[in-house]
Amino acid sequence: MVRAALGRAFRHETVLALLLAGALAVLAGQSGRFLTADNLLNQGRLMAEVGLASLPMTFVIVTGGIDLSVGSIFGLAAILLGVFWHDLGLWLPIAMVAAVLVGGAAGLLNGVIVTRFRVPPLIATLATLALYRGLAEGISQARSVRGYPDWFFVLGQGEVLGVPTQLWLLLVLTAAAAIVLGLTTFGRTVYAIGANETAARFSGLAVDRAKMVVYGCSGLVAALAAVIFVSRVSTTRSDMGTGLELDVITAVVLGGTSIFGGRGTIIGTALGLALMQAMKNGLALSGVKGDGTIVVIGIVLIAAILLSNLLSRDGNA
Amino acid sequence: MTVRAAGFAGPAPVRRLATTVESYGQELVVLAVIAVLFLAVGLVNPRFLSSTNLVTIFAGNAYVAVAAIGMSMVIISGNIDVSVGSLIGVLATISGTLAVKGYPVVVAWLAPLAVGMAINAVVGVVVAYLRIPSIVATLGMLSILKGGLISVTSGAWITNLPRDYLIAQVRVFGIPFPVYAMAALTILAALWMRHSRFGRAIYAVGGNAEAARVAGIRIERSVVAVFAVHGVFAGIAAVLFATQLQVIQSTVPPNLELTVITASVVGGVSILGGTGTVIGSTLAAILFATIGSSLIFLNISAYWLRAVQGLLILATVLADMARRRRI
Repeated sequence: MVRAALGRAFRHETVLALLLAGALAVLAGQSGRFLTADNLLNQGRLMAEVGLASLPMTFVIVTGGIDLSVGSIFGLAAILLGVFWHDLGLWLPIAMVAAVLVGGAAGLLNGVIVTRFRVPPLIATLATLALYRGLAEGISQARSVRGYPDWFFVLGQGEVLGVPTQLWLLLVLTAAAAIVLGLTTFGRTVYAIGANETAARFSGLAVDRAKMVVYGCSGLVAALAAVIFVSRVSTTRSDMGTGLELDVITAVVLGGTSIFGGRGTIIGTALGLALMQAMKNGLALSGVKGDGTIVVIGIVLIAAILLSNLLSRDGNA
Repeated sequence: MTVRAAGFAGPAPVRRLATTVESYGQELVVLAVIAVLFLAVGLVNPRFLSSTNLVTIFAGNAYVAVAAIGMSMVIISGNIDVSVGSLIGVLATISGTLAVKGYPVVVAWLAPLAVGMAINAVVGVVVAYLRIPSIVATLGMLSILKGGLISVTSGAWITNLPRDYLIAQVRVFGIPFPVYAMAALTILAALWMRHSRFGRAIYAVGGNAEAARVAGIRIERSVVAVFAVHGVFAGIAAVLFATQLQVIQSTVPPNLELTVITASVVGGVSILGGTGTVIGSTLAAILFATIGSSLIFLNISAYWLRAVQGLLILATVLADMARRRRI
């Protein structure tokens, strides 16, 4: 069954790869600036935050869950980084680690609500979306923190071997996530939970533990993305990451992960993310304003799902 | 809902009361929280209970309650709509633009209802016939509506609204029109959901789609219908929202979709579909307004509002889950 699921998913990825190739060709034809190394690397820098958060989100959605709170955890971690460093006077590296750990704790709380209290993930994370954003707003009281030391900006604005620092991080974590989801027992557990949770439980799989890990990682990585974002934009505000969850979920679903769980791959998510960013950038280069690009992403999201529904045999996934 | 209460023993009136409490459990909880808030905050700061403030509480959030009625129907049918905030932004802008362009105010009031119905009927078709999960379809719709609105208007303010257009500011017996609209629509929708074929079909589809199909309900049609009706409620909410002030900012009201969904869920509509009432969602919308106002009267920084809201949602949901498991 897992193999059949993978087969279907790969077909979606072929569609995506073709769409991506087509989009790249059209965009390169329209603007000479699109296919330059500078532009592409810069796009990589811009998509790193959404890209990072979309990796654990793929796991979450494959289990049949969803995490709407990533944008709020992002905002909370950003604020706490500023508070730990600026107000509490912690050494900045400690503050960074602490902020990321709080993100992980927030994710674990999501996991507890989902597994122990059996609250549907959509509702559980809708509630914590409000709660975590509220905490960020309450703690920050609309103040922003600036004035970080120069070395901190290496993470978000620097380069290693000519490639943006965070792009390296994204590449490494993407590879790791692909291996874990595709090749390990844990990955198979995640698929099994999404395909049929009851069957997974009766097969003796540690369903609740796997879910805790997945939601915990989602919070942890969202917070990591927040630290990178703060380093990229040099400031901290409580409204950071608002709406991030929608970008992340769009990338994952565009990548062929079924919103009902049981089906999806990291490669698909990476392709979905690249397609989204290529469209944003290409449209911006050809003079479409930032908001016009959101329209296109919405249309492509629906079109891609439709297309893969038509291509897959059972049609009603 | 009533089946559960069959186990209660005792004389008939007690049994009937138990049945009522049972089937409106979540609604009663929300009502109790509102009452406690009014009492507690009123004791600390009596001005909280002044008629001016009460009117503000009920009128200011009426459009959320109206939008939550449609949302509740959609969720009861087993679907969800995450684009309602963007839709209300678009419809409010259309309404205000028509009013400023000199069309009769009636046109400016009714056009959003028709456009909302048309747009959401399309969403319903995409969900029901093309079999795209509603969360994905409406996520796409959110992007389309939000992006479309901002690229067309650039978020400009619509000013010089004609005086007779501002229906939300009309007062009858000292009470603003939106309060009447909220109350009337809630009662009508509750009766309609309980006693009409449409309502029963929606509960059946959300409760068990396969059983509904076997019982002869056309699931696809019901889903398109429920989205279309939800679009009409979004249109009414948009008009109430647009006519609240002297100007309209042609952007999407921030977080509106979450507030509306949260009102439905806190009001007792199960996200799994099949249960809940529109009365609960209206009470929950009133509860949110009460909390917001309480913070002001208790001198708590408004920046904590969302944290308090979040805690409250979490508490309600956990209590609901505990109650359900006990049953």
